[in-house]
Amino acid sequence: MDAEVLKGGFADAPVDAAHAFRAAMTAMARPGTVHTLHGAQPPAPLSVAAGTLILTLCDPDTPLHLAGDWDRKEVRAWIAFHVGAPLVTAEAAMFALGDWDALAPLTRFAIGTPEYPDRSATLIVEGATPERAVLRGPGIKDTVEMGLPEIAAFQLNATLFPLGLDFFFTSGAQVAALPRTTKVSVPSGATSVEAA
Amino acid sequence: MSNYNFAYLDEQTKRMIRRAILKGLAIPGYQVPFASREMPMPYGWGTGGVQVTAATLTPEDTLKVIDQGADDTTNAVSIRKFFEKTAGVATSEETAQASVIQTRHRIPEEDLREDQILVYQVPIPEPLRFLEPSEVETRKMHSLEEYGLMHVKLYEDIAKHGAIATSYAYPVKVEGRYVMDPSPIPKFDNPKMEMAGIQLFGAGREQRIYAVPPYCKVVSLDFDDYPFEASKADHACDMCGATDSYLDEVIMDDAGGRLFVCSDTDYCAGRRRAGHVGAQGVALAEDAA
Amino acid sequence: MYVAVKGGERAIDNAHAWLAEERRGDPNVADLSIAQIREQLALAVNRVMAEGSLYDPDLAALAIKQARGDLIEAIFLIRAYRTTLPRFGATEPVETEAMSCDRRISATFKDAPGGQVLGPTFDYTHRLLDFALEAEGESPKVAQGAARREPTPHITEFLNKEGLIQTEEVSDEEPGDLTREPLELPSNRPLRLQALTRGDEGFVLSMAYSTQRGYARNHAFVGELRIGKVAVEMEIPELGFAIEVGEIELTECETVNQFQGSKTEPPQFTRGYGLVFGQSERKSISMALVDRALRWEELGEDNLGAPAQDEEFVLYHSDNIQATGFLEHIKLPHYVDFQSELELIRKLRREAMETTNPVQEAAE
Repeated sequence: MDAEVLKGGFADAPVDAAHAFRAAMTAMARPGTVHTLHGAQPPAPLSVAAGTLILTLCDPDTPLHLAGDWDRKEVRAWIAFHVGAPLVTAEAAMFALGDWDALAPLTRFAIGTPEYPDRSATLIVEGATPERAVLRGPGIKDTVEMGLPEIAAFQLNATLFPLGLDFFFTSGAQVAALPRTTKVSVPSGATSVEAA
Repeated sequence: MSNYNFAYLDEQTKRMIRRAILKGLAIPGYQVPFASREMPMPYGWGTGGVQVTAATLTPEDTLKVIDQGADDTTNAVSIRKFFEKTAGVATSEETAQASVIQTRHRIPEEDLREDQILVYQVPIPEPLRFLEPSEVETRKMHSLEEYGLMHVKLYEDIAKHGAIATSYAYPVKVEGRYVMDPSPIPKFDNPKMEMAGIQLFGAGREQRIYAVPPYCKVVSLDFDDYPFEASKADHACDMCGATDSYLDEVIMDDAGGRLFVCSDTDYCAGRRRAGHVGAQGVALAEDAA
Repeated sequence: MYVAVKGGERAIDNAHAWLAEERRGDPNVADLSIAQIREQLALAVNRVMAEGSLYDPDLAALAIKQARGDLIEAIFLIRAYRTTLPRFGATEPVETEAMSCDRRISATFKDAPGGQVLGPTFDYTHRLLDFALEAEGESPKVAQGAARREPTPHITEFLNKEGLIQTEEVSDEEPGDLTREPLELPSNRPLRLQALTRGDEGFVLSMAYSTQRGYARNHAFVGELRIGKVAVEMEIPELGFAIEVGEIELTECETVNQFQGSKTEPPQFTRGYGLVFGQSERKSISMALVDRALRWEELGEDNLGAPAQDEEFVLYHSDNIQATGFLEHIKLPHYVDFQSELELIRKLRREAMETTNPVQEAAE
């Protein structure tokens, strides 16, 4: 076995996972807030935050879909060794990992059933979130602004509630989240995408 | 206890609970099934809350455990000891000092902050259970948003008693979708559920976890002509004089004399330290523990 | 002045110390050893293993000692210990045909290959207290016979060869695990059997009894009851084949039940099945009857609304650790909810009196 594969797991799994979960939970409970996730040193192209999330939430009980560039030999080997999650198609996934373009179309993922809306996929979206959006909903006091890969997809997702997908956005060691309950809109006055 | 993992549960179990908590937060008020483990304390004594707390705690946390609002009730003491032993976390009886608060039957009087988490122990998570005993049926009702049965029950109360005869575990509707059991807190506490902190609910025996994110809409069910009323005993605390806190009633003598005292022991002690004195109380010294 | 009740922690410590003293009893009486419990209270040990879902006679004996003989408490100790154990894998299904039987009886055939073996049963003892046991005495001498070496065929297989009994579907599907996944309804037979084998003996017995008395009656013959040891084998991936890792004692019961046939199926007998750790024959017969009652839908029968036909009712109420925990939790303080009820009932009574007797009320 490639020695690289063995590296990059948690140094102290119970404590590293506890810290990581707390950050991930706070992110999901407070959409639009950014938190730090570290502990994993995953192979490229995974961010530290995405690798840490995978180590914290995934195991042999969670079918995982690797999308696009994230579906490569080193990643598969790292996940097989550290996580043991079965790698599956988008349709069968409980978790999915990749950049926004590779994860599309979102209609492939499970959105839950009316009796079990929790049986829906959680998507870990890596990379840039250039579109500024205004968020409203549970976890948000009034409104909060956040960058998203696009806006329409999340507006559509919110209409599925109580079904729908839940998202983590990861970049470097940072994570933010967007559950299906969040209402997304374009900031007033914004006409096009501009760098802040 | 040193042979056990941090916070007792093994990592795979914690991951399973953590996934359920995340889905719970994403679908406020919906009961997520989870494979509750057999804990070294009896079902019905907080195993659900304990599992949620165990999956949530970090070594840096300060934990407060209350039962009936009090830190010194025996089961609260027992659960606090369990986490002192298995997680080595700091504990506190002061609401403001705690980052995680596990509770049975009360919400602290003091408003919770954004950096605080409230974990409820839940006996029967299904608000429709006493109207419909079958899980297959109640799951269907939630999926169809069919809550007529609940309204009929509340209305029958009014017809019979002239008021809604539910005084605790008073059902709420969360974010306009799921009817949820707030656990057997007195209805006095219901309005506090729209709070800054994160609320997590664990029902071990019934294998359900649910959640209410901060600032989430939590509405107590009622009727226009019979609006919800968060009631309490019509007294001030006899120890600290508070008029805004939920009160326990204590029988004082053979003649049946009564005394009313804050159920939230930390709130009461804090007020007394600050010099407030009730009809039968004495002020606590500033430095009294 | 009122001083709030304090000292929960000291009260708990004192209670535990007192409990330890009571557990030991009179120190002038010799302490019970684990081996004594394991050897001389073997049926209690069996029940704790069966309902604790952990085959370990020494641990079960320890639990019985620690629990002062309260078997549900002992089962609880075993369950709580069991959840902390790592899982190395699953064994192969046990072959009960290869069981070395201590007891094997059939109520359906006078004789069959393997014979009727009464074994160590209470069945024909006269229930008279044996005061000889009061005095410590010599171990009874028992004549030894040669053990049967060849497999003992299942009685129901003889019926099956004639097509007289319904054939059980063979499946290689991995069964679910009641202790690792939340129960979802409708469930399936493997999960139902898991729940029944670890279910409370008293509950399963009463459910079975209710079917005999007419609540979803389906007359059962004990086709066969066998008790004995079977080998437990596990496939070791590194070896590529299964090796024996130990042996366990089991009680297996297969009932032969009536079945009239339906539009789609010719008349055939049907089966109920019970399999329990240790010598636990009351439990395994009860389990077989309840299993059979729960199969009404699969066998095209009517739902008569009987408790033993109701999967949700049986599965949600069979576990004595869940039941006793929830039952006993009402000992815990409920001051807060009770207070809210007090306020409500006072308010309702006040309002009721005002409307029925406004004048007198106003005069007071």
